Amino acid sequence: MPRVSFTANLQRHVPCPPCTVDGRTTREALDQAFGLYPRLRGYVLDEHGALRHHVVVFVNGQAVSGLLDPLGESDEVVVMQALSGG
Amino acid sequence: MSDLLLVSTRKGLFSVKRTANGRWAVADVAFLGDNVTLALADPRDGRRYAALDHGHFGAKLHRSADGGASWEEVGVPAYPEPPEGHVETDPFGRPIPWKLQRIWSLEPGHGTQPGVLWAGTLPGGLFRSGDHGASWSLVRSLWDRPERRAWMGGGTDVPGIHSICVDPRDGARVTVAVSCGGVWRTEDGGATWACRAQGMRAAYMPPERAYDPNVQDPHRVVQCPARPDVFWSQHHNGVFRSLDDCASWEELAEVPVSGFGFAVAVHPSDPATAWLVPGVDDQRRIPVDAKVVVLRTRDGGRSFQTLRKGLPQKHAYDLVFRHALAVDSTGERLAFGSTTGSLWVTEDGGDAWMTVAEHLPPVYAVQFG
Repeated sequence: MPRVSFTANLQRHVPCPPCTVDGRTTREALDQAFGLYPRLRGYVLDEHGALRHHVVVFVNGQAVSGLLDPLGESDEVVVMQALSGG
Repeated sequence: MSDLLLVSTRKGLFSVKRTANGRWAVADVAFLGDNVTLALADPRDGRRYAALDHGHFGAKLHRSADGGASWEEVGVPAYPEPPEGHVETDPFGRPIPWKLQRIWSLEPGHGTQPGVLWAGTLPGGLFRSGDHGASWSLVRSLWDRPERRAWMGGGTDVPGIHSICVDPRDGARVTVAVSCGGVWRTEDGGATWACRAQGMRAAYMPPERAYDPNVQDPHRVVQCPARPDVFWSQHHNGVFRSLDDCASWEELAEVPVSGFGFAVAVHPSDPATAWLVPGVDDQRRIPVDAKVVVLRTRDGGRSFQTLRKGLPQKHAYDLVFRHALAVDSTGERLAFGSTTGSLWVTEDGGDAWMTVAEHLPPVYAVQFG
């Protein structure tokens, strides 16, 4: 099952250790992680459900621009903060 | 009389307390390393609130029910989705997303409305909570006013509500001030609104628009608790006062040092007494002659004293933001903090100032607890 992990900079605000989920897309994987860590949602997404401007998502080491791409069984999703945000 | 100051800074929320020997000192810090943009000590129930801006991770609100010993994250004002296909732009065509950027003002509701809080935000939405900040609702009656679309950013890309005054006579009467969008008043708890900035002058607009109430940039508006018909405003290009409940505003012509600044405080029981912290002008935003001073009037703005005792008078480049000057319930104690991390307190209405700190992070807001 895909594995989702979050930048250490988020752990300070919301404890969110890496988790395995069964989402079929990046979006579903994140939603399942937010189910485990409900407070995390507002840190990663804005009030309309869009990825925050200075938050970036990598899948297997590659930055992704959308969250609807399908995920494979062994894919690694990593949520980071963009350096563009300072 | 208050012995506690909440000092919101770029790197944490500092509690500053008066000690037995009459000195003020940092007692503790919460959210160390985080950007605390505002704090509120609710006089009705003792709860404390801290507004944080995590940058990458958005604006948050925390609440403490035990005097700051522990904090819990509560709800945050959230904008609704705009209507399908709706693209909002400012008067210059730049987009204004319907998304919370910052909590820019936070005030308790009337004493008869326990749990009610008001929050002003960037990009210009006013929010109300009825449950101590657990949940928030956008005040659509103000957001949906057509004039709101003409508001402009002032120091930020988008407009924002930075001042909220709840009338002590009637909690349904609320006045808010907008940079840049004038002064707005509801008399019915937020059902309807009217712009109340007649008399304000905007030097940064073409002459034919200078007195347009909806373009005014009142950097800060405060209301005298004991004489609620009296309001003071440090405006972008001058100091204004209203004696008639914001029906009209008068520009004070005799302000020494500089008419530019951000902060203003009014005496809690004497509407003729107010304090300002002037800056050189909007181009440079430093103290005049690199000397930190406070202006005080005791006669409604006809004359001002320039207060310097205890304040740095050489190579001082402290700027004082709009929420960083506070007065306590006696009118004798005031405090202000600066962008360069200094904090000063007076216990005699400003005649003499004590330096409390010189190396804090940049100070955004100061409030007596």
